[in-house]
This record gives sequence, C-alpha cells and structure tokens, in this order.
Amino acid sequence: MYLDQFLLGAFVYLAAAVIAAPIATRLGLGSVLGYLVAGIVIGPSIAGFIGGSQGESVMHFAEFGVIVMLFLVGLELQPSKLWELRMPILGLGGLQVAGVATAIGAAVLWLGADWKTALTVGLILALSSTAIVLQSMQERGLMKTSVGKSTFSVLLFQDISVIPMLALLPVLAVVTASDDHSNSLISNLPAWAQPLVVLGAVASIILAGRYLMRPLFRLVAATKIREIFVAFALLIVVGITLLMQQVGLSAALGTFLAGVVLAESEYRHELEMDLDPFKGLLLAVFFISVGAGIDFGLIGEKPMMLAALVVGFILVKLAVQFALAKLYGMASEDASRFAFLLAQGGEFAFVLITFVTGLGLLGVDDAALLVAVVAVSMAFAPLLMLFDEKIIQARFASAGEQREADVIDETDAQVIIAGYGRFGMTVGRLLQANGFKSVVLDHDTEQIDVLRKFGYKLFYGDASRVDLLEAAGARDAKLLVVAVDDREKVNEIVNVAQKNFPHLRIFARAFDRVHAYELINARVEQQYREVFDASVQMAEDALVALGRHPYEAHRAALLFKAHDKDLLIQAAAVTGDREAMVDIARKGRAEINNVLDSDRSGRKISSETAWQAEDRPDA
Amino acid sequence: MGDHKKILVLFAHPRLQASVVQNAMLKAIRDLDDVTVRDLYATYPDFLIDVDREQDLLLGHDLIVFQHPFYWYSSPAIIKEWQDLVLENGWAYGTGGTALNGKYLMNAISTGGNRDAYREAGRNRFPIEDLLRPFDQTAHLCGMAYLEPFIVYSGRHMDDGQLSGHAEKYRDLITGLRDGRVNPLKRLAEGHDLSPAFTAAHKGKRHVS
Repeated sequence: MYLDQFLLGAFVYLAAAVIAAPIATRLGLGSVLGYLVAGIVIGPSIAGFIGGSQGESVMHFAEFGVIVMLFLVGLELQPSKLWELRMPILGLGGLQVAGVATAIGAAVLWLGADWKTALTVGLILALSSTAIVLQSMQERGLMKTSVGKSTFSVLLFQDISVIPMLALLPVLAVVTASDDHSNSLISNLPAWAQPLVVLGAVASIILAGRYLMRPLFRLVAATKIREIFVAFALLIVVGITLLMQQVGLSAALGTFLAGVVLAESEYRHELEMDLDPFKGLLLAVFFISVGAGIDFGLIGEKPMMLAALVVGFILVKLAVQFALAKLYGMASEDASRFAFLLAQGGEFAFVLITFVTGLGLLGVDDAALLVAVVAVSMAFAPLLMLFDEKIIQARFASAGEQREADVIDETDAQVIIAGYGRFGMTVGRLLQANGFKSVVLDHDTEQIDVLRKFGYKLFYGDASRVDLLEAAGARDAKLLVVAVDDREKVNEIVNVAQKNFPHLRIFARAFDRVHAYELINARVEQQYREVFDASVQMAEDALVALGRHPYEAHRAALLFKAHDKDLLIQAAAVTGDREAMVDIARKGRAEINNVLDSDRSGRKISSETAWQAEDRPDA
Repeated sequence: MGDHKKILVLFAHPRLQASVVQNAMLKAIRDLDDVTVRDLYATYPDFLIDVDREQDLLLGHDLIVFQHPFYWYSSPAIIKEWQDLVLENGWAYGTGGTALNGKYLMNAISTGGNRDAYREAGRNRFPIEDLLRPFDQTAHLCGMAYLEPFIVYSGRHMDDGQLSGHAEKYRDLITGLRDGRVNPLKRLAEGHDLSPAFTAAHKGKRHVS
C-alpha cells in the first residue's frame, strides 16, 4: 500500500517532468522553467495531485539532488582551471555578487525588512541562472568571446559562492532562531569541542579524498561491475551528507569539498557520468516541488506587486552589472550584453530560498513571493536577451562604437588569412617557415592581444568587410585563406571576396561534409574539412597498429583520400537530391573497397605481380 | 620522310627550382604541339601514381621520353616508382602484355660530371650508355625500341650561351622525331637489340597501311 502511494507519486512527478521539459526547451525557456511550471500545474494551487505535506517531504528528499549537484560542481572545479581564471572570477565575479547583493539588499531594507532578511534576499538574488545563460551563450556563439568568458567567470564565482552562503546563512539564523541542531551529535559536547569536531570532519574529508579514495576507487573499478561503481559514488555523497549533518555543517559544503578534492583524480569523468542522471532527476523533482510550493492565492491577490518587484529586480541587476562591466573597461555594447545575460534569478535561488525558509530567515509568504519573482525573471530572461541582441546591439552597431578595425601596414603580402585560431595559425606558420608573409585578420580581440605578445602580426577586423579586405591588399594578393570557425562567416567572406576580387584564389575551411558541398557549389577552389585529415591520419596509424605494413597503410590512406574527394565532388553536384546522394555514397563505398583490395593484392592480374618483372619471357 | 609521332615526355625533378639545365630543357619543349609534358613530381607529390591514367597516356603516344637529372647513375625515384606500377605484367610485358609493342623509349638527362668522368678511366668508371642499360632492357622487354639518350654533361659549369645551345638542340631533336625529320631507327642506342615484338608490330603496321 505504501508502495502504491510511492509509485503513484513517482508517476505524477515523472510524467510532469517528461511532459513539461520538452515543451519548455522547445519554447526556448530552458528545462528549469518547465519543471517549475509543471510543479505549479500539479501542485495544490491548480490540479492538486500532490498535497502540501507530501510535497514538502518529497522536497526534502529532492534536496539531495542539490547536494549531488554541488558535488559535481566541485568535480568540475579543477584547481588548475580555477587558477587560470582566478582574476576574472575573483574580481568581476566577486564584485557582481557583492554589488548586486548590496543594491538589492538596500532596496529590500527600504521596503521595510530587517537587515538580515535584506542581506539574505540580496545574496540570493545576486545569483543568475547558469543553465539558462550557458545555453543562450552557446546558441549565440558567445562562449569564446571576451564577453562570454567574463560572463562565464561570474557564473563560476556565483556557483562557488553558494557554498559559503550555505555555510554562513545559518550563522545569521542562529542569532535569531533558537538552536535547531538538536539532532546533531555534537550539540551535547562542550562549546570548546564543537569547532574542533567540525574542523576534524572537514580535514577528514580532504585527507580521505586525497589518500583513501584513490585506492578504494581502484578496488571498486577492478570489479568491473558498473553498478558497484555507481553505488560507491552515491555512497560517498550520502556518507558525507550524513557526516556533515552529524557535526552540524552544511552537507552541500562537505560534498562540494569532496568534489574539489576528487577533481584531479583519474576517476573524475566516471564519477560525473555516473552521478549526472541522479543529479538531473533529483533536481527535476526538486524544481517541481518548488513550483508546487508556490502559493498562488497569495500572488493572485497582488499581481501588480509581483510585477513591480520583478521589474525592479531586473532593473537593479541590469544597472549594477552594466556599471561593473564599464568599470572593467568593456565597450558599451559588451557591457550591455554582459548585463542582460546575467539579469535573472538562478536555480540556486530556489535552493537557498528553501534553505533559509527552513532556518526561519524568511517568512513562508515572502519565500513564495521570492520564488515567484525568480521564476518570472527566468521566464523573461530569453526575451530580455533577445531585446538586447535585436535592439540594443543593433543600435551600437550602427553607432559604430565597435573597436575600430586596425590600420593595416603590411602591404607586400601575397596571402591574406582570415581567422587565426588553431586552423589559420597552422597555415600561417607553415607559410611563414617557407618565407611567405601573410596579412592576418581576426575578430577576436583577446586572441589578437595574446598572439601579438608572441610576436605574431595580426590585425583586428571583420574579413567580410570589403574595405578591410581591400586594405589588407586583396587587390594584389594571390590567395585568400578563409579559416574562421563559423560556417556562416566563411560563406560570407567567400561571397564578398568572389564578388569584389575575382582574381583572388580562395581556399576555405569547411566545417563538415555538407559545408564542403556548399563551398564546392560556390566554386571555391579548395575546401578543407576541418577534422578530415586528422581522422584519416588516425585511421592510417590504426591500420599500422593492427598489423598492416606502414607503407601499405599509407597508400590505403592516400587512396582513400583521393577517392573521397571524387565522391565529394560528385555528391556536391546533386546536393538536395537525397536519393542521388545516397546512391553515390553506396557506390562509392563499394568502389573504395575494390580499389583498396586491388592495391593490396595487385591490380588486374590477381597474383602479386606489381612491382616485379619476374614473369618475363627470358627470366 | 617518316611518320608524324606523338611524344610523351615524363619529366622528373624533385627540386625543379634548383635546376638550371632541366629548367631550360623543359622550357624548350613545353609548348610544342603533339608533345605532352607530364611533370611526375608535380602530378604525384604523394607518389600515388594513377596507373590507369598513365597507361591511357602511353597508348596515345608513340615515343616516350624520360627527362630527368642523372641521379646515382639512374633516374630520380619517381620514375622507378612509375615503372614499377605502370608497366604491369600482362599489359606491358608477359602473357598478353603487348600494349607498348612498336613504341620508342628515350632518356633525356643532365649530369653534374663531365663527359670524361663517364669513361673506363674516369671517376664514374662506366660510360653513360652502360649505366642506362636497365632502361634499354626495359624497352626491350616491352617490345619498344630504345633510342640513344640525349645527354647534357657538366650542368653546373655552363654559361647562358652554352645552356641555350643545349636547349635548342634538345628542342630540335624532339621536333625532328615528332615530324619525322629524324628517323628513330637510325638513332638506336649503341648495343640495343631490337626485340622481335617491336619488329612484328611494325611489320603489322606496314601491312595495314
């Protein structure tokens, strides 16, 4: 009977997740919002599938998802990676959290709350949604830009700062609320012993992580039973959670620490892979319970207030973040992008709201309102980013406030290289080693600044601009190498160059086979699929590793490449005609098998007669 | 007057830019009608020789010229690779291997050493004709006639006048062979033994015409 109830509950939650998440992602809102809405729908306010008290107990269970998430966040934080980004993380990230928390805290004070509530709310709302922002940045191709890196650093700092918040907010609560550690082992100890036990617990996690885990993992991995590994990973997290609860510390802090300690171990990826589904599922349940917990009676009574709070919250965040970005020397359009990207509440806010409500730092009504504010701000985040992109960025572009294209003083070069990342740089280096100078254009300011330090000569600018190509010497150059990492941009540059400098020979980087078809059909002289040669080389080495003679393997690779190029050109001629393309691919596969077979066993005549003249009449 | 001939020049030089003599020779014949010049190193930088294509070209020409510097008493490596792959058993020689019967083969080479180095008493101990015997025999086996090589000695010590003189002579020989002014059978290499297959092929031709 208990099982029935449990299964029924599980069914409702899982069904809600399975229905809501795909719809929300389809609408571009992100799965977190989908879960929240699903929670609202199945919660007491609307459908009432899950009741209040049951919802709460589910929520406590689901909070374990947050703990697993923090363990995974810790795993992601390899000390070396953190060290690399320490300046932007600490500087910009620290200022963002401090600045937004202060501004919002002040506003909350002004609204009449006490300082503890103000500080709590400020800190909670300073966080942004890592999930939404990362996804939007990926969609817009911002990850590698300097704005993208700054934004990412801030998100990283926010994620890390959740840990001290979880650790320190109880301190605020202790001042008001009575002792709620009644169930912990150490509350009976004398006051001087308690900190020692706490320190001991933390130290034991670090020491065990360093010295005990690795041999244990090796033992477990040696069993080669996958579920034992999963069980062991869960065991670690659950064990630390219990230990931390016993000593009255935040379980999230403990697992986070364990994660960081294990981040440099060779089992990091396996741990991540094994725990990720648990995290995802538990978090989904968590967000659904948060949604179910929103009291709509309360919000329905004062919709204008909710609207005012959301608008005020977003405006404060935008203002503080824009000011910070300008302080850090970003151009206005970058500062605007940065401010808009981070102008929403984050999923950690739900965690913290639940946490501080439990501590008595926030009333239940205020908590519901806050959850609603964060949820609505997350719902509007994609729209706000769209607003920034379509209206504000467009205005900046026309105002011409971008970094001016450099003046190009290198005019005797025969080659222009557009895009100097890992692709273009190799081209440029080999040319240079052979005494050919090239004019290099790139539009990533950071990349340029770094490479200039290494003594490369590069110019900032967008190679799809006619005037810039002209300044780069396109009229007298022989060859244009298009090596940027964005296929649309490649096409654009090719198009502009063909139209304005018909004499220029063009070699272009192709993203994949389909892009290669496009370039062939655009009559680009040479196209290079960006990973093709490396994979053929790997296959050749694999053949050798499998016992094929190195020269035979080399010939097989060369024949394969030549054959593949033929196929590529044939298929490009019939792009769009799916059947014809499939046909060519099928025939091609049969052909290459024949070619390689006969190359190995000798052509035409079946015996091994190539390379030798033994069968001559006088022999 | 003999027949008009189509000539295929298989050119091999791995560092063409460094070669004065071969460059001049190449320029002298590059743009001639009915003379197909094929730069093997440029066509096959990977040594991945397209055997079908090369055999088609052979069928379409009457005189094959290997033009190359004289390396280690032979040709640069790609010509050897070309021979190894293109002159297949059953096609160029062996049972049913009659594709090249009746055609002509010639080397056009340049050497670093002077003529005196290629004597019994010289540094290289053998006359060039002897060192080229493998080509002679290759032609014989394939039913081809092997012609006296065109040789430019001491490439490194040559003034512009001498150079253009050699280039001119080479062009003259090629056009002469093409137009029938020069009878190839009167230019057979010293000691070359015409193979019966060659003679038979020519008898056949005469009957037809």
